Amino acid sequence: MYVAVKGGERAIENAHRLLANARRGDQSVPEVTLDQISEQLGLAVDRVMSEGSLYDRELAALAIKQARGDLIEAIFLVRAFRATLPRFGTSEPVDTGAMRVQRRVSATFKDIPGGQILGPTFDYTHRLLDPTLGQGFVPEVPATAEASTAPTPRVTDILGRDGLIESSPRSEDGASVGDLTREPLNFPADRDLRLQNLARGDEGFLLAMGYSTQRGYGRNHPFVGEIRFGEVEVEFSAEDVGFAVPLGSIELTECQMVNQFKGSATEAPCFTRGYGLAFGQSERKTMSMALVDRALRARELGEEAVAPAQDEEFVMSHSDNVQATGFVEHLKLPHYVDFQSELGLLRKLRKEFAEANAPEAMKEAAE
Amino acid sequence: MNAPAYNFAYLDEQTKRMIRRAILKAIAIPGYQVPFAGREMPMPYGWGTGGVQVTAAILGPQDVLKVIDQGSDDTTNAISIRKFFAKTAGVATTTSTDEATVIQTRHRIPETALHEKQVLVYQVPIPEPLRFLEPRETETRRMHALAEYGLMHVKLYEDIARFGHIATAYAYPVKVNARYVMDPSPTPKFDNPKMDNCPALQLFGAGREKRIYAIPPYTQVVSLDFEDHPFEPYRFNAPCALCGAENSYLDEIVTDDKGGRMFVCSDTDYCEGRQAAGHHGSLSAAPYKERAQRGSHG
Amino acid sequence: MTTITELPPGFADKVLSAQSTFRSVMDAMARPGSVQRIVPMAGAPETMMRGTAAIALTLFDHDTPLWLDARMSDSSDVVKWLKFHTGAPVVQDSSIASFALISDGALLPALERFALGTSEYPDRSTTVIVQVESLDAGHGFELRGPGIDGVAALQAAIRPADLFERLRVNERLLPRGIDVVLVADDAVVAIPRTTRVVNKGSK
Repeated sequence: MYVAVKGGERAIENAHRLLANARRGDQSVPEVTLDQISEQLGLAVDRVMSEGSLYDRELAALAIKQARGDLIEAIFLVRAFRATLPRFGTSEPVDTGAMRVQRRVSATFKDIPGGQILGPTFDYTHRLLDPTLGQGFVPEVPATAEASTAPTPRVTDILGRDGLIESSPRSEDGASVGDLTREPLNFPADRDLRLQNLARGDEGFLLAMGYSTQRGYGRNHPFVGEIRFGEVEVEFSAEDVGFAVPLGSIELTECQMVNQFKGSATEAPCFTRGYGLAFGQSERKTMSMALVDRALRARELGEEAVAPAQDEEFVMSHSDNVQATGFVEHLKLPHYVDFQSELGLLRKLRKEFAEANAPEAMKEAAE
Repeated sequence: MNAPAYNFAYLDEQTKRMIRRAILKAIAIPGYQVPFAGREMPMPYGWGTGGVQVTAAILGPQDVLKVIDQGSDDTTNAISIRKFFAKTAGVATTTSTDEATVIQTRHRIPETALHEKQVLVYQVPIPEPLRFLEPRETETRRMHALAEYGLMHVKLYEDIARFGHIATAYAYPVKVNARYVMDPSPTPKFDNPKMDNCPALQLFGAGREKRIYAIPPYTQVVSLDFEDHPFEPYRFNAPCALCGAENSYLDEIVTDDKGGRMFVCSDTDYCEGRQAAGHHGSLSAAPYKERAQRGSHG
Repeated sequence: MTTITELPPGFADKVLSAQSTFRSVMDAMARPGSVQRIVPMAGAPETMMRGTAAIALTLFDHDTPLWLDARMSDSSDVVKWLKFHTGAPVVQDSSIASFALISDGALLPALERFALGTSEYPDRSTTVIVQVESLDAGHGFELRGPGIDGVAALQAAIRPADLFERLRVNERLLPRGIDVVLVADDAVVAIPRTTRVVNKGSK
């Protein structure tokens, strides 16, 4: 006798309870706090804020904890929360030129006004596992110096002064910035939407796409004009106040890529731009983003778009890891109804094949 | 920390208005996929976020909600979605097809005929029927604009040349109101005829792909075919082992590792209803209620 | 001049009233010719029927440019009420309107002046809401099309009298076209672009 599978509701409840226990792990080990995550796994928090599109270290830390360290799951948690927040408006553009810089490197000039600042970076660390970190490591006090008051103009602005790089396209005054979380996305998409898509895009996907352009799939001769990381002010102009109100400061990483020059009979040659921006410190993300942004400008710059990274429909439709993970993972949901239909068809086709290919003698015997 | 507080049926009112406007246009243009700014939902893309958004936009306190996945009310994802609405909208839920005013479904249309007071909401993974032939949205949009569906017929015809049959068993394309070719979602083609001239309103939500489309009641829905290769719904040729139904879509259950199989209704409400009414199949020895209870395990 | 505090109120319960009103409009759109009732009540400014007001509160917002006929756009109460309760921008150019409100059928412009959608995006078209005298008495009309089981009979007193003749433009435009919502007090009838109407001419 057959008993149909029942009790899915209890199974779900039990699974959730198991998950909660697995998340906590061995209870004789102290529980990790949100401060610990925010302070000691800061780059994970930065990534979750960037791809989750929500600048809130505490919520990102909570999401990482809740997701057991699965960053895509954490990004998803943050996104789902973000979707319920009321929208008050759009901030003023942040001025990264006025950033309080903690790190700043240029690959195009040996020295730049304001100087190169190495800052906190994995660059030049030897990747040797450090056992002392496992046992109550106390770092040396960081070296300090008088804060420089010298301005740190953006390298691309320095190039721009001589017309050596295309000017950043200015948006019309009062033109609203697109938002793909509020409007359905249509193709072709403008650069504001493309950049938003890339900023929310999966770091690994962008890394692979950016890398592919370096290997010849849509090569665009990149130089790192500048990468800078530090704090900027965010301001908001409320319609009825009449002036910009400071909301606070956030940490950003910005990468300005200087790329392949363009020019024509009527236009003097100049370098072109690729742009990357992320919350917190994320050089891999912003550099990859800048490479892909530049690749996606193929159409507007009159280049033939032949490589995957130049294909905006391909890139924008597949960059979002919350969408991608949902759809890939949905394959584990039951599909037995459509599988059954497929099975029926396949059996029928195989039967017909067997009949058609049966030896003549058998066919006759069957008749 | 910002403590989350959620609206009736989860979605905020601005989002509901946007979805409601899309639904109205979808009904006015049967089979056409209306783009909408789908929101991130608290469940994964691909797990019914489109259906959930449509349901959330139409659901009211008077509604009685049924949620099925693979025809069954008791599959885990169906339970999860039903609980979501019971919690966020406090709405009454049911497993009875007849009693439901809103039915959200993944992969099946109930066996019990739908009526005028009902809305059937489909969860759709890939709304574009031409997507597997042409991956570009810009191209498929143009094809729909021109009603240029030759590519689809070529594909179906190539199947016939290679296999002797149209080799599509589910998500079998239909033409709605003699204009738009539409993806019915991955329902088995057995269900296609139920879409035609259906008294209930049928709404389709694709969350990840951000499309909503509709079939108004009493609208012509034709499965694509050829004169010499007419559309044929598929059903395994056996009665249901539990209720003896001869005309329902069947799940194939593997009973042992020696080739043992049994076939039972995929629509659990339909099957249970028939058993309660005294219909028996070859394997339904125990009375239905007792079996259901004994079968409860987590 | 009316101040904001003197404006007729919106829905008492925004969430549930909008849901109920939407379901009436959705049912109307899904079953052309059927008369649906709008239950929740809100205040309505002069020249606006209560059904129209409820629909406005349910479907209009910042994202829906709105075109008003001369009688409505001349009424500062209507404009203020719409702005305060819905935030919908009132536009002069009817061809970019998501919705149009017609308080007096005689003021209905040529339908081609509204957004008709494009062949790629036929949904980007104006939904025209026309206030009419009656949706249960008047001329007899026979309706056919998606949403209708055979033939639907509608009795209605409508201005302009040739509205349905004008709507025949939809036959040529399909899948582009104009969707119309008729309102008489709390009664709503929708005539989506797929509906074909025959005037029976009977009383």
